[in-house]
Amino acid sequence: MLTGKVAVVTGGSRGIGRSIALDLAKEGAKVVIFYAGNHGAAEETVSAITDLGAEAAAFQVDVADSGQVDDAFKQVVKQFGRVDILVNNAGITRDNLLMRIKEEDWDQVVDTNLKGVFLCCKAVVRPMMKQRGGRIINISSVVGVSGNAGQANYVAAKAGVIGLTKTMAKEFGSRNITVNAIAPGFIQTDMTSVLDEKVKEATLASIPLGRFGVAEEVANAVSFLASDKASYITGQTLHVDGGMVPN
Amino acid sequence: MADTLERVTQIIVERLDVEADEVTLEASIKEDLGADSLDVVDLIMELEDEFNLTIEEEDAEKINTVGDIVNYISAKVS
Repeated sequence: MLTGKVAVVTGGSRGIGRSIALDLAKEGAKVVIFYAGNHGAAEETVSAITDLGAEAAAFQVDVADSGQVDDAFKQVVKQFGRVDILVNNAGITRDNLLMRIKEEDWDQVVDTNLKGVFLCCKAVVRPMMKQRGGRIINISSVVGVSGNAGQANYVAAKAGVIGLTKTMAKEFGSRNITVNAIAPGFIQTDMTSVLDEKVKEATLASIPLGRFGVAEEVANAVSFLASDKASYITGQTLHVDGGMVPN
Repeated sequence: MADTLERVTQIIVERLDVEADEVTLEASIKEDLGADSLDVVDLIMELEDEFNLTIEEEDAEKINTVGDIVNYISAKVS
């Protein structure tokens, strides 16, 4: 489905990003992961991708740093010749009630989760325009649509990603670049494993499908949006949430 | 000057998918060469890379014709 395509997945060493990277590779793409700092996890993910018979590389990139982002994309184009698919997945949480969110916790979350998407998109759009096509998939969250007590910084950033997605779809549609968002619900990862049991139980009760999601289910939606099968879809936010927040 | 026009022409031909003989000094980038706003931004960035200079936003807004580009670059580079 994606043979010959080159994909970049930010935050690709662990969690949902790792599953996305592996699934894109299974579909035939060459995959470059950007990771923040966990060398071990990045190396492990690269070898898991190469075990599937796909080409892979890992770059350490702070997605909130424009210089690092620009250099990394130049390196990708140099090494792989093109970029067909960008998955903006890198994200962090610094959860607290709004009254207790420190300014630095706000800035860090918005810098990584929203500004990082802007910077990576900005860097990838020129090579995609030259290629006359591309696919950008931004990982938002259903809380960006529904709101969530205790996550004002994260929610604001994720809602921002949806607005950015719609705007970019309008700006770059004429160049055959599609831009969509995926809004995962409660997915079992390191990020959600730290939540306390009561929160998990209450969340579970709000999910029509009656279970938490797994990262592969998000990855399947990404691979679909990255493929030619999604050629007429742009500017959309696809909820992968077991029905938790109907769109 | 001649060399600048040649390099500018080459970039415009590549980026806007037009014939070299259409790229005259008087040609309007938008009206005659069919560029849309995204093409213009792309062209400006390509020129910045090619000539290793920064074209300020307020200067970019004044550029209408191929001649404007050539004059601007000649003035900046010399």
